Amino acid sequence: MNNLIVLPLIIPIITGVILVFLRHSIMLQRVISTITMITVSIMSFILLEIVESEGIIRLDFSGWLPPFGILFVADSFAMLLVLTASIVTTICLLYAFSTIGKQIETMFFYPFILFLIAGVNGSFLTGDIFNLFVCFEVMLLSSYVLVAIGGKKVQLRESLKYVLINVVASWMFLVALAFLYGTVKTLNMAHIAQRVAEVGQEPLLTTVAVLFLLVFSLKAGLLLFFWLPGSYSVPPAAVQALFAALLTKVGIYALIRTFTLMFPLNQDITHTLIGVMAGITIIAGCMGALAGRDVYTIGTYNVIIGVGFILIGLAVGTEAAITGAIYYLIHDIVAKALLFLIIGMMVYLTGESVIKNMSGLIRNYPLFGWIYFIVLLALTGVPPLSGFVGKILIGQGAIEAESYILLAIGFASSIIVLYSLLRIFLASFFGETTISFEDRKPIPKGAYGSFIFLAVTIVFIGVGAESLSVYVKDAVNTLMNPSVYIDAILKG
Amino acid sequence: MESLIVILVGILVSVGTYLVLSRHMIRVIVGTAILSHAVHLLILAMGGLKKGVVPLLGQSEDGFTDALPQALILTAIVISFATTAFLLVLAYRTYKTNGTADFRELRGISDE
Repeated sequence: MNNLIVLPLIIPIITGVILVFLRHSIMLQRVISTITMITVSIMSFILLEIVESEGIIRLDFSGWLPPFGILFVADSFAMLLVLTASIVTTICLLYAFSTIGKQIETMFFYPFILFLIAGVNGSFLTGDIFNLFVCFEVMLLSSYVLVAIGGKKVQLRESLKYVLINVVASWMFLVALAFLYGTVKTLNMAHIAQRVAEVGQEPLLTTVAVLFLLVFSLKAGLLLFFWLPGSYSVPPAAVQALFAALLTKVGIYALIRTFTLMFPLNQDITHTLIGVMAGITIIAGCMGALAGRDVYTIGTYNVIIGVGFILIGLAVGTEAAITGAIYYLIHDIVAKALLFLIIGMMVYLTGESVIKNMSGLIRNYPLFGWIYFIVLLALTGVPPLSGFVGKILIGQGAIEAESYILLAIGFASSIIVLYSLLRIFLASFFGETTISFEDRKPIPKGAYGSFIFLAVTIVFIGVGAESLSVYVKDAVNTLMNPSVYIDAILKG
Repeated sequence: MESLIVILVGILVSVGTYLVLSRHMIRVIVGTAILSHAVHLLILAMGGLKKGVVPLLGQSEDGFTDALPQALILTAIVISFATTAFLLVLAYRTYKTNGTADFRELRGISDE
């Protein structure tokens, strides 16, 4: 039974390897990758159900008992993210089928998407911090390829910077790991948590914690986001959507895991630091979103605002705030994917990325326009949609903890998000159309399908927040009481 | 012995940092390679250097040698090998397409 946990990692890797040999049979690649992702989604849902009813489950590889071996741990938090990531990837694949083009499809596009999702799922599931590094690398190496895929001039230029930043970040991860191993002599996350709690979080361990904060901030785009706008605006739309949805979220997951489980003791330093960084991130992100003239700049800076907002939840650290952070994390994965798919489609339809040069899209494509409007409302946090629950809970947490500055920054950012996205809506969707109805390019059916699926998911997360709450409550329980996690690993 | 290794790590890191900060692509890539070697040595030093006993619990009276750092380093070497190889290919393609290996000329805004 426990062996199921490894499936979200191993299925994509195995099929990815098989697809490498089917390079020229594009149809077969499409079918196999879709089936794979649907299977993974179903498996993660089943696992989520099991975890919710039976508690945390773990898989010790080769039977090495913790703390000695590498292990996978499935708790509700990890499984919720695995499930969301797998569903979003499935939908992005659907979009890719009709838009990405044959040239890229034969350049091993689908295998790398599968390797990417394997790395992402592995990072969510692993219970060993060195294994987290390895899963990060699996994910990053695929992302390096996907940034550069297509080989356009600007892509190569930006991808080189992206790769170098991440190589340096991974290097810092190793440095942090070395110091951590030197101090606590273990790599199992639960065991680290136990040992840190035993010795108290002395200054040396806090320094190590800050080093981890630095590493994961680089990956999550928390304050250290300078690399993000450039590299997220160059790859094909489906890849952009996956990056915006998943890559920064893995960093956020790692931050939440690290600072609720392993280093929760010295909150004066670490959580204050996270709070300050989150605040500055949001402000800088808002500036970027306001200043942006093209859809890519506005979109990427909105990703940064989202990151800052989720981490307010972690910085505040009350139960309500963490609950909000989880809801918002799930919402952000879905909504950012849809936002970038729509942006990609806008650029495809008009051949322009500057918002002033597009106009009247809603006349030619009414449904498309209204789906954009749904995303806009969801990202702002308007009630029936997905962003609302997360925002209200993070706000509630911030009030409970009396962090009024973070509260003000967080909610002011909602208005900026609304303004920046509304600017796209008014400039590009409303107004006189520049392309006549007869000359318009049709939106491919697959792309429409993916928009509708994601929009339905957004509505579901908003309206059906109650049905998610069982899982989220369980996830929060584990995050707020590290002993639940530690006991499941070391005493089970 | 540990102190010596740590000093060596320091030297390697400073060399690597210097190279990473330079403008030429190849120098930067060599810099990242040197940085990764430095961190491998750091992991080795952190695990404790040569003790002359077997890496098994309860096999000798003087405790045991920790074999885990070597496993970690092996993994890290493989990853850094793959990354460096990929970086070199990417740098070559970038040089071919953009016609320059100077990072200052690779600046530029994303909408071009």
